[in-house]
Amino acid sequence: MSGKTLYDKLWDAHVVRSEEDGTALLYIDRHLVHEVTSPQAFEGLRLAGRHPWRTDSVLAVADHNVPTTDRRHGITDPVSRQQVETLDENCRVFHITEFRMDDTRQGIVHVIGPEQGATLPGMTVVCGDSHTSTHGAFGALAHGIGTSEVEHVLATQCLLQKKSRNMRVRVEGKVASGVTAKDIALAVIAEIGTAGGTGYAIEFAGEAVRALSMEGRMTLCNMAIEAGARAGLVAVDQTTIDYLKGRPYAPKGALWEAAVAAWADLHSDEDAMFDREVVIDAAEIRPQVTWGTSPEMVVPVDMAVPDPDAEPDRVKAESMRRALEYMGLKAGMPITEIAIDKVFIGSCTNSRIEDLRAAAAVVKGRHVADNVKLAMVVPGSGLVKRQAEEEGLDEIFIEAGFEWREPGCSMCLAMNADRLEPGERCASTSNRNFEGRQGQGGRTHLVSPAMAAAAAVAGHFVDVREF
Amino acid sequence: MRAFTTLTGKVIPLDRANVDTDAIIPKQYLKSIKRSGFGPNLFDDWRYLDPGEPGMDNSRRRPNPDFVLNDPRYAGGSILLARKNFGCGSSREHAVWALDDYGIRAVIAPSFADIFFNNSFKSGLLPIVLDETEVDALFAAVTATPGYTLTIDLEAQAVSTPEGRRFYFEVDPFRKHCLLEGLDDIGLTLQHADEIRAYEAKRRQEAPWLFAAE
Repeated sequence: MSGKTLYDKLWDAHVVRSEEDGTALLYIDRHLVHEVTSPQAFEGLRLAGRHPWRTDSVLAVADHNVPTTDRRHGITDPVSRQQVETLDENCRVFHITEFRMDDTRQGIVHVIGPEQGATLPGMTVVCGDSHTSTHGAFGALAHGIGTSEVEHVLATQCLLQKKSRNMRVRVEGKVASGVTAKDIALAVIAEIGTAGGTGYAIEFAGEAVRALSMEGRMTLCNMAIEAGARAGLVAVDQTTIDYLKGRPYAPKGALWEAAVAAWADLHSDEDAMFDREVVIDAAEIRPQVTWGTSPEMVVPVDMAVPDPDAEPDRVKAESMRRALEYMGLKAGMPITEIAIDKVFIGSCTNSRIEDLRAAAAVVKGRHVADNVKLAMVVPGSGLVKRQAEEEGLDEIFIEAGFEWREPGCSMCLAMNADRLEPGERCASTSNRNFEGRQGQGGRTHLVSPAMAAAAAVAGHFVDVREF
Repeated sequence: MRAFTTLTGKVIPLDRANVDTDAIIPKQYLKSIKRSGFGPNLFDDWRYLDPGEPGMDNSRRRPNPDFVLNDPRYAGGSILLARKNFGCGSSREHAVWALDDYGIRAVIAPSFADIFFNNSFKSGLLPIVLDETEVDALFAAVTATPGYTLTIDLEAQAVSTPEGRRFYFEVDPFRKHCLLEGLDDIGLTLQHADEIRAYEAKRRQEAPWLFAAE
């Protein structure tokens, strides 16, 4: 019999019971909650007279609707305010820990979980948000769920699940300088497509993945959902353990020692079988820029916008034509000739300290180009913001002409006041370039923080390796 | 949950691949704290020519005449036909609620994104996977035939066309059972509360750090 994959191990450790068809009741260790996908779940509990099963497993924060400008006057949009106040009230009534808007620990749910050590190896982690795949970077089984499932987990501490298939993406060799986890993620999506991971849990492995920091691994797992996989995974190693040690929610003393010993098993066995394996040569990966309205519409920065007429698949060619029309681009145009209007550095994909350092290193001593109307940096949490300020990164950004904002999801999905106007083009470190994602009619190009910073200075996309 | 047994309904052809949940229901409508009322804003960016905000009177907005939901031919349709990877992107169940509120009871596509697929069953919306060739045939038929209807029989796991063709689809037995009976998941799971408690007790021994709060 062959060995187990990391996903198999995590799955097996959490099955409470199974139905005949393989549908399992899976126990959930950590439930992260935010304001957008939870109000109807709490309402459902209330209507049925049910209570949360284990409140100490739940951690809540408002992130999608919060303003990134001065917060002293609260939220001006009454609809956004009501949603955040509803979360505050639900957490109060049901005795759930919440980092409120004035708390330094507040931030994007997928930044604060790991930052607090609330995400641990070997856990099952869920949240009513598709980018929950981020937490798989810690060797945790983590994925997004819908609101009905949020209610189900609150009420039962379990989730009804069918097991996914196993995929391994091995990124072998070393990436070139200037090539980041974001570029690896986009290169993987270019290879397998936005639906390539559907039905799978993807384990990222190989030398280039092992070499990534926890921040980089989080970026990679965050984007697993953009490849269609609900869960991304990276095996636990010393990098994982070093990151977690001493964090507020991480175990302490003898419990820490016992946990670290148990985590040594959180990797795929040598002889484990994968249903699909993809191997990517790290040395071949160049800085990536999306040109269309799906993350798979991506090319290296030194290429041109592709031609739909050269695409044999009719449905795909039609999608490409629609995307080019929406994006206001012509086939054959070099990526480096695309001028931008706005720059957004932030989101659960790229708003951690390492991301801000990478962007600051590029803009230091330079200035945002005249044609760029707005360049903003939105740290992932209050603690990331504080650390960046201690390192002087805020001053580098401000001197270069960037706005330095308060933490939240911000212009990744534009639920607050931060958004693109119709036709505006943005270099964005976020995760989705869908039509209207950053504001109706807005045009999003996904890039790494260093590439976004370089584009801000140049006013158009440039190859950060030559910048 | 509302049960799903059989459905005969008009088909709405949405000839696009990778329809994401941002397109199904744009973010500004997610600020609602209710489960209902999303139907008028289903596919909002594609359906109207002017930008929409919550609380607007949609009857005063300019409909996009080129969008399929505004084509009188497909008015009152309850089955949506689409291309591959339908429902990709965000986990927002509001996408399912918007389809449901509009009156869509089933979506047929060659493939669905996992989270959307899962969410659909929770509101009694049936996602049906058919082959690309079967989906192609249905697109051809629905565009050629005004008032084209299909009949879906969940028990038989079959989609029947007016010409008498039958396409069969897969569905997990457990999900099928819950949908046919309109069962409440949470109620079902709580019948196993003792097993959950036993699992918890065992885990507290094996991995106590998972139960330690700050």
